[in-house]
Amino acid sequence: MNSREVRPPSGPRPSLFLERQSYRRRRLSDAARLLPFLGAALLAIPLLWPGDQSGSEDVPLSSAIFYIFTCWAALIIASLLFGFAAKRLGAAEDTEPETDRWQR
Amino acid sequence: MSRKVLLIEDEPNIAEAIRFLLTREGWHVETHAEGADALQVIQGASPDLVILDVMLPGKSGMEILRDLRELDDMQSLPVLMLTARGQSRDREMAENAGVSRFMTKPFSNTEMLTAVRDLHAQATQS
Amino acid sequence: MATLNVLILVCLGYVVLLFGVAFAADRMAAAGRGAWLRSPLIYTLSLSIYCTAWTFYGAVGNAARSGLEFVTIYLGPTLVMVSWWWGLRKLVRVGRSQRVTSIADLISSRYGKSNTLAICVTILAVLGGTPYIALQLQSITLSFSIFAEADPSGLYREGSSVFWVATGLAVFAILFGTRNLDANERHHGVVTAIALEAVVKLFALLAVGAFVVWGVAGGISPMMDRIDASEIGHWNVDAGRWTTLIFLSAAAFVCLPRMFQVMVVENADEGHLRTAAWAFPLYLLLMSLFVVPIAVVGLDLLPAGSNPDLFVLTVPLSQGNDWLAMFSFIGGFSSATSMVIVTAMALSTMVSNHVVMPIWLSTQEGSGSVSGDVRNVVLMARRVSIAVIMALGFFYYRLSGGGAALASIGLVAFAGFSQLLPALVGGMFWRGATRTGALVGLTVGFLLWIYTLLLPGMGGALMPETVLQNGPFGWSWLRPQALFGIEGMDPMVHTVMWSLSLNTVAFCVASLLSFPSPLERLQGAQFVNVFDHSVAPRGWTGSVAQSEDLMIMTQRILGTVPAQEFFQAEAERQGGRTSLPEPTPSFLERLERELSGSVGAATAHAMIGQIVGGSSVSVEDLLAVADESAQLLEYSSQLEAKSAELTLTARKLREANTKLTQISEQKDSFLSQVSHELRTPMTSIRAFSEIMRDSDGLSHEEQKRYAAIIHDEALRLTRLLDDLLDLSVLESGRVNLNVGGDTLRSVLDRAVSSALAGAGQTLTVQRTKASERIPLQTDLDRLGQVFINLISNAQKYCDAEEPVLTISAHDVGGQVIIDFADNGSGIPPEARSMVFEKFARVGVDKAGGAGLGLAICREIMQRLGGEISYLPGQGGAAFRVRLPMAYRQAAQ
Repeated sequence: MNSREVRPPSGPRPSLFLERQSYRRRRLSDAARLLPFLGAALLAIPLLWPGDQSGSEDVPLSSAIFYIFTCWAALIIASLLFGFAAKRLGAAEDTEPETDRWQR
Repeated sequence: MSRKVLLIEDEPNIAEAIRFLLTREGWHVETHAEGADALQVIQGASPDLVILDVMLPGKSGMEILRDLRELDDMQSLPVLMLTARGQSRDREMAENAGVSRFMTKPFSNTEMLTAVRDLHAQATQS
Repeated sequence: MATLNVLILVCLGYVVLLFGVAFAADRMAAAGRGAWLRSPLIYTLSLSIYCTAWTFYGAVGNAARSGLEFVTIYLGPTLVMVSWWWGLRKLVRVGRSQRVTSIADLISSRYGKSNTLAICVTILAVLGGTPYIALQLQSITLSFSIFAEADPSGLYREGSSVFWVATGLAVFAILFGTRNLDANERHHGVVTAIALEAVVKLFALLAVGAFVVWGVAGGISPMMDRIDASEIGHWNVDAGRWTTLIFLSAAAFVCLPRMFQVMVVENADEGHLRTAAWAFPLYLLLMSLFVVPIAVVGLDLLPAGSNPDLFVLTVPLSQGNDWLAMFSFIGGFSSATSMVIVTAMALSTMVSNHVVMPIWLSTQEGSGSVSGDVRNVVLMARRVSIAVIMALGFFYYRLSGGGAALASIGLVAFAGFSQLLPALVGGMFWRGATRTGALVGLTVGFLLWIYTLLLPGMGGALMPETVLQNGPFGWSWLRPQALFGIEGMDPMVHTVMWSLSLNTVAFCVASLLSFPSPLERLQGAQFVNVFDHSVAPRGWTGSVAQSEDLMIMTQRILGTVPAQEFFQAEAERQGGRTSLPEPTPSFLERLERELSGSVGAATAHAMIGQIVGGSSVSVEDLLAVADESAQLLEYSSQLEAKSAELTLTARKLREANTKLTQISEQKDSFLSQVSHELRTPMTSIRAFSEIMRDSDGLSHEEQKRYAAIIHDEALRLTRLLDDLLDLSVLESGRVNLNVGGDTLRSVLDRAVSSALAGAGQTLTVQRTKASERIPLQTDLDRLGQVFINLISNAQKYCDAEEPVLTISAHDVGGQVIIDFADNGSGIPPEARSMVFEKFARVGVDKAGGAGLGLAICREIMQRLGGEISYLPGQGGAAFRVRLPMAYRQAAQ
């Protein structure tokens, strides 16, 4: 059993600094929620490319590869940055109530 | 010059008693029993003293007094007010309206005479 | 040229290495020195079992056939990992807090620890997993065959090699997957070995890729030119498949039993997700970086018709780079073995916990406590399950003949597992999801998957061609690949769309229509709001539980030493001196969780239930663990209700206060009026008595007159007091009525004579005596009092020169109506509403009345059940008295 499972009751946080920190954390988790949507939107762009008709305006495979792998790398970097930010800001990340409010 | 008192009172028996008392004191007593036209009667009679009942048919004594004090030449006319209700609120209202003396029924005859004498003395002195 | 023997030797050596690593890792973990074994890096690498031999070999094959489509299989998981913060984090938290052992356990636990559901999921997992395992066996065998073709010795026999591969994998899985029972004591050995394999397969693929790009094509830009020039050099991915496959792989990534095993069950620390969120997508990116180059070069270099699924091996071989081919083979071998081992572990846990254990438990029923060594039963069940699952995979491979392309089998399995998605996601985020909903949704999705994808894909043996063409019984709208007549879709897109959408719809509708059991609702709250309270629900009342029985059972499941340690710790926690703790609900709850780590939630629940004698989820328990926000909501709605109540009370109070003020004002004004009415006669009395006392020279007439005044006023006082008393008695309702019978005529006779007595007969009273023969049954004196009042009022106030009072009586519908009308000027309209009020007097004349007469009349008539009212339009003043014929007690 991990001690993390028992969540301490989150007491009042009177200090302005902590307020600001928890505000940042919330906006950060907002960003984390948006990230997959951004990723999905980026990956939906190939749907707009002309398909099989072998016309002259075909997208060469090298360009497609370049686009997809660039998006992919961008997502990874964004996720990496979020991971760092979450670690730095969110010592008490598991007492994040807003996440659940949103899910209800 | 004869001293004239105007008595505005709707109870005939009370009016008669006061008339008896004051006549004996040398006053000329005129009586009136209506509230509605009391103001005109006062102006017409130009008395030295007015005895005014509060509960009058037509118009209450309070209103008569208030209207009376609005008139230019009636500022200093001594007015003795009588009431049978005897509440302190009435006294306050009467004083605000500019009453000279306020008396609660039933009163003793001496009280009445003293009040009338005092009021007349004050009026003639000033 | 490497011989097959060398290859087999290398394989065996690699397997021995894996054994060594796993064994060493287990030893280190047992010694407590293996902190790095629980590092985020190991966790991320263990996730790579997502990349099986199918992806290792098949991705290149897929790329050679359909260009970039293969990349969807990696993009889906990338999106899932990127959204870890609100997705996987919750799943992992739930899995850890509920000590979940498998995805079947999670779903069963969520829906009220339902074993039916667990069995369904297990069956689905085994059905979907078997072809997947066969696929791995196939890939290993195929890769062997590549080397065997080149081997002159010809020792290779396909059938036996598959058998030995399957056996070897089973032994490995049994040895390391079933060493310990508690799923939450993680399988460090296996995980570490898998991490090593992950590194090997990544580097193998990267090595082949680097060789292809720099060794064959000559750099990046020549490679790009080559790609564009190749037959797959244009973007030609079908939009429907692109979207569907991204979604499908994302769903499968979460739902695959082996992924669940490494991602949730083997997770040592939630924080590892943070690293895995970027590191695993990076791993996937690297895995797919060289797929297209390898495919393009393979298509260029190798003769037409060679299997593109094996380009990873055949390209280096064709270039004479045997060692690279060998390395690549080891990479593919790693992918296959790690996937098979973890799948076998996950499936065997499910089978033993949800199929074998419940059956075994039911055979033990009635004995009161658990007998036999449960620990051995569970371990044996798992070992046998692994063997059986491997055997199933083996036979599937032999039966299907290994013909189909690798990628398509993998996708079929993906579509099968993704049927768990609605129940899983719905259970995590929607409290209203019920067991029935999950069962119905799963069944619908699963059947559709079998009907539209699995059976058509297996060839003519299981589904006749006519069914595929024309639908069953010729119903064309039920054609497996064109349901409801929607044709022209890719079969995969068709299946995913129909099965998942109908699955979701069925899940939602059935959830909405059914009602969950208390335990389901509890678990639902626990799952959905796992971040609010990571404690299990209270389900036990342990008053009758025998600690000793529990101890014996726990020893059999956890082993003697851990069980004793656990009980000792619990006893100390309770502060007791004995070694056995009291069976408090919290202890039982912890025990259940401890056991569920070994045998699954449903089984652990059932086992404790057997000893304790039944679970009880009371309303109090429900409330106690009810979700915080629901409580807050309830609290705030209570507050709202209270505040509404307060507002109401305040308004009532204000109203009452206003009423009291009014009453008080009325009372004040009444008292003031009474005072006035008393003081007025007193003034006259006092004044004249003083005059008579103090004045000497009064004439006799004067004396007589003043005495008369005093007398009148005294009478007036008396009357007033009488009236007041009368009114007070009438108003308080304490009046006693003397009901008697007489005619109206005689009552009127007495009233007229009484009212006119003593007066100067000025008032003429007109009556129609014939109409007055009405019998009355009432209080005659009181009625007479009303009449007298009315007559004397007329006498006093009628201002006509010859006052006439007309009294007329009618009998109307059981009521007597008597009108009193005089010929005077009447009462002015504005005063009419006031005449019945107390002390209301109209006109100047005081005439000795206190103004209470009509008020008294009104009170009397009310008591008599009638009424008195002013009657307008009669010329003078007119009053109407209404009276019932016979007196009835009026409602108070």
